[in-house]
Amino acid sequence: MTDKGTPRLVARNVTVLRGRRRTVDDASVTLNAGELIVLVGPNGAGKTTLARALAGLIACDGDIRFDEQSLLSMEARARARAISYLPQGHEFHWPMSVDNIVALGREPHADPFSGTSDADRIAVRQAMVATSIEHLASRTVTTLSGGEQARVAIARALTTNAAALITDEPTASLDERHQLIIMGLLRRIAEQGGAVLAIIHDLTLAMRFADRVVVMNEGRIVANDKPAMALTPARIADIFGISVNRVETPDGPLLIPSRAL
Amino acid sequence: MIDDKPGNGLTVALAALVIALFGVSLMTGPAHFSLRMVASALVSDEGVASIIVRDIRLPRALLAVLIGATFGVAGASLQGLLRNPLAEPSLFGAPQAAAATSAAVMAFGFAGALSPLVPISGIVGAFLSVGALVAIAGRRASLTVTLLAGLALASLGGAAIALILNLAPNPYIALEIAFWLLGSLRDRSLDHVWLAAPFMIVSWIVLAMNARAFRALTLGEDAAASLGVNIERVRVLVVTGVAIGIGAAVSVAGAISFIGLVAPHLVRKFYDSDPARVLLPAALTGAILLTASDIAVRLVPGPVEIKIGVVTALIGVPFFLAMIFHERRSLEDSPQ
Repeated sequence: MTDKGTPRLVARNVTVLRGRRRTVDDASVTLNAGELIVLVGPNGAGKTTLARALAGLIACDGDIRFDEQSLLSMEARARARAISYLPQGHEFHWPMSVDNIVALGREPHADPFSGTSDADRIAVRQAMVATSIEHLASRTVTTLSGGEQARVAIARALTTNAAALITDEPTASLDERHQLIIMGLLRRIAEQGGAVLAIIHDLTLAMRFADRVVVMNEGRIVANDKPAMALTPARIADIFGISVNRVETPDGPLLIPSRAL
Repeated sequence: MIDDKPGNGLTVALAALVIALFGVSLMTGPAHFSLRMVASALVSDEGVASIIVRDIRLPRALLAVLIGATFGVAGASLQGLLRNPLAEPSLFGAPQAAAATSAAVMAFGFAGALSPLVPISGIVGAFLSVGALVAIAGRRASLTVTLLAGLALASLGGAAIALILNLAPNPYIALEIAFWLLGSLRDRSLDHVWLAAPFMIVSWIVLAMNARAFRALTLGEDAAASLGVNIERVRVLVVTGVAIGIGAAVSVAGAISFIGLVAPHLVRKFYDSDPARVLLPAALTGAILLTASDIAVRLVPGPVEIKIGVVTALIGVPFFLAMIFHERRSLEDSPQ
């Protein structure tokens, strides 16, 4: 396992143009091993576009490197083994069984002419244990609850055993308990050496779980710091247009939104 | 678990059924031959029996298996790409477009019915139609957009056929084309088989290359791309493969519809709905359905043989309606 703090995915001066508009404008961010970065920003700030660029899914100006190697020069499957990406909204189009969905995470490792390897079986098993979904293995994925589907999606991404995990709103449309479970899971993945970036809308969750918070607005990164430094009441008022109360709790400082400005 | 492969036994059973029906197809017709007679007529010279079996029934039986399998794979592949069990080549106007371009070539005397130009023009027609559909459906592949675009393209294919019939230089050609459009395997020769089979087999290979990509696509395009799937390449291969297979099939057998919808649907649940594993059983089931239909049209007594395209549509459309009925809740919920 790579030492904590080692840079894994490094993006420098990334710009993504959509038509004339700079969806992402000169963004630089580094995902380090053992660190959970939470990316926040109002709707339309360019968070998803930046996440897709970091995962190597869209072309961009600037330079993105995984372990010093340019993403552009990496073969698609090699890139897929290095970076797991979990898009927004957990799509499962066919009513497949949970274990077969989770096993899809092994696709970048698969040899087209061989079946399931021992490494595949172990990875699927570990991911299902880590996300507490072993008991769902033979269930049909489309019949699960939202919280269960979110865990299956994360298990799928974990199965790849990639060094970096990028996930877009993993807690969207989940109840509070599952939001905490999912954030705790991402926290644990980071503690085990993963370089994790999660886009989250809930600033309270960001404050509570992140090692570092990156704030985006209108395509630009306007803060990249420890949660308490990145999410100051002044900046939140400026960018999100809300006033928040900061409350000290035994679990650390919490942000409580009070009103729209 | 991931090592259980449900349905493998079923695949073997389906393959056995294809072989059995192929044999029955060779035995079916006005002249009654035993299975033994059919077998010896195939391999040795049995006079009239050999002529009937080899020149009349064998091409028909071979084409039914090849074309049925082609439609089965094409349907399962389009469904895999678009992540939608209602995707079907004929709902998107592919056979209609292929029929229109093939008919145009024949009607205006550019080529005889056995010229390779006929399947090639059919492939071009199918390519335009499927290509337009996949381009219009776009990244999200929303069901509503896909079906509306398909409806428009099918109507365009129908209009093109009407135009060709309208402009046909003489009524016999118009009648000939009208009958051919109904879809039939009657009076086909081994020349037809040699003409279309290579294209159909190429289409199977091109489509089967995408099996793993179809499986990854169950997670949506972004997730599949993040797993190393080249989505653009998959789109091009599927459009090309479907066009080659459907274009060639239609150019020798006319418009046969709904096999691509029905065949994958019948077997899907036995294979954990895995779009990669459904391809082979869908092909076998397509072969079974078309061969059985072709046997059935010969067994129905009457002065005129019912066209096989009519039979598949008569069975397929109610089936399609039943699927819509069954899926209507998810259809109502589908994002626009």
